[in-house]
Amino acid sequence: MAEHSITRTPVGRRPGRYVLRAVVTAYLFLLVAWPLYLVGRNALADGFTSLGDILTDPDVTHALRLTVVIAVTAVVINTVFGVGISILLVRYDFPGKRTLNALLDMPLSVSPIVVGLALVLVYGGREGWFGPTLEAAGFQIIFATPGMVLATVFVALPLVIREVVPVLQEIGDEQEQAARSLGANAVQTFRRITLPAIKWGVIYGVVLSLARSLGEFGAVKVVSGNVLGETRTATLVVEEKYLNFDKGGSYATAFLLALVAVACIIVVSVLRPKEDR
Amino acid sequence: MSIEIVNVGKRFGDFVALDDVSVSIPSGRLTALLGPSGGGKSTLLRIIAGLERADVGKVEIEGVDATGLPPQKRNVGFVFQHYAAFKHLTVRRNVAFGLEIRKRPKDEIRRRVDELLALVHLEQFAERLPAQLSGGQRQRMALARALAVEPTVLLLDEPFGALDAKVRKELRDWLRRLHDEVHVTTVFVTHDQEEALEVADEIVVINEGRVEQIGSPDDLYDRPANEFVMRFLGPVTQLGDQLVRPHDLQLFSGGTTGVAARVTRVTRIGFEIRVDVATTGGQPVTVTLTRNEFLALGIAVDSEVRVQLAPGSPSTTVSTPEQRTAEPSLATTTS
Repeated sequence: MAEHSITRTPVGRRPGRYVLRAVVTAYLFLLVAWPLYLVGRNALADGFTSLGDILTDPDVTHALRLTVVIAVTAVVINTVFGVGISILLVRYDFPGKRTLNALLDMPLSVSPIVVGLALVLVYGGREGWFGPTLEAAGFQIIFATPGMVLATVFVALPLVIREVVPVLQEIGDEQEQAARSLGANAVQTFRRITLPAIKWGVIYGVVLSLARSLGEFGAVKVVSGNVLGETRTATLVVEEKYLNFDKGGSYATAFLLALVAVACIIVVSVLRPKEDR
Repeated sequence: MSIEIVNVGKRFGDFVALDDVSVSIPSGRLTALLGPSGGGKSTLLRIIAGLERADVGKVEIEGVDATGLPPQKRNVGFVFQHYAAFKHLTVRRNVAFGLEIRKRPKDEIRRRVDELLALVHLEQFAERLPAQLSGGQRQRMALARALAVEPTVLLLDEPFGALDAKVRKELRDWLRRLHDEVHVTTVFVTHDQEEALEVADEIVVINEGRVEQIGSPDDLYDRPANEFVMRFLGPVTQLGDQLVRPHDLQLFSGGTTGVAARVTRVTRIGFEIRVDVATTGGQPVTVTLTRNEFLALGIAVDSEVRVQLAPGSPSTTVSTPEQRTAEPSLATTTS
């Protein structure tokens, strides 16, 4: 009897539910699916020639390679520090914890272009606060790969942390304490207990960071100097080609970037059910 | 003496969890730290394990000063209320954890784990994940895991607190039998006085960060050091200014012994009869009798009776301020 009443109640709400569903679908379609589809269609408008062109253009392939190098480096740095900071935030109490917590959300709220300018102010080779010192020691940060990595690390900083912190909070520290009482030191406890427990959170954070890092534009544009064949990344190529009326090339490059993002989303959705287990 | 706790103090902010606590816990015995929630008993256990650092004082385990040692160097087994099972490892790997950390040979680990799984009756669950076990099974696994490293002391923090009443009772008996087999010095925390009285060789009563009394279950029950211990260990009622156990009171239907009273209520609870009486001074007193005692008296509501404490029964003098306010009326009853 109880089951009957449960299955019956939604009947009255059904029309409302369908309207809501239609609105959401239309919204996502117009905002996400259709524009992305059009990018793909434009990229493949004349078959694979545009794609072929950009993949044989040494400047573009250099940009793609540079993008991958920067993104992977940034993700590695963000993963190591992200997991470290997450553990610090969840497992330890210290003065200024709330401030640190708030600061960690800054990269999400500050425009990337501001981040780029700020980095130039600090690490700029000529007028930066710290840059001239580094330049004198032989390290060029701004207008070189390190600066672009820095900018990318900055904008993607919170992604791993925001994935890992809730997982760490949920698992609690009893398993870690149990491991300690069984003779494991800090490193053994982290490797054997904490890491397997937060594994899916870390992977999810890494995928998100990777997608964000590959697509970073504003901050990188400011600090890169945008030198063809040297410090130009894939997103900068898209802009350059678009502004130079090379629509085919810009759509093809944009399509490649979108493809990677879609691949990331597929990876995440494949991982998700395992995370729930 | 296996564990010496000397003048240990611990604060969490303004809250005093432990206030100058000194306890000696004997080797090879089963000791209970008993007290109400928030009384500091779990904190004391965690300080022994090294999971918490004492602000002041000293902890010695088997003659070794452990005050500054991290938990992994103390060789203690710790069992948590909520099992703290390693969720991603099978039961076998959970139990093997401590041995793997100690880099014991593979076949030795296998043999030892098999032994322990047999000891806790989990042989057929060796390849399961903790999520596939019941609460009682998980706690037995946690116990096997703690015993695997052959700890000098085994510490259990409210080990049966998260289990339902029936399983709790079974595990309680089982822990007692296990201890009789393994003989490792064991300390367990509980707020359940029945559990402590039933399982422990020795009970340390802790309240508001202080030790109220240390002794065997009989000591505590028969010779409570103060009102708190008396109240915490079982039902109490007040006769005059004395706190006594309701089943230690005797009723007489006539004579001149004891205090005159009138029966106000008779309640039958299973095999025992609870008789509420009011003394001539108006003090309510509860007396529990067996069915036979009650029938032999032949009393009913409104019967005139005399109440007296059975000779040699434990009692303590009421001293808390709330109780003192009732004193004027007591004075008239005793006179």
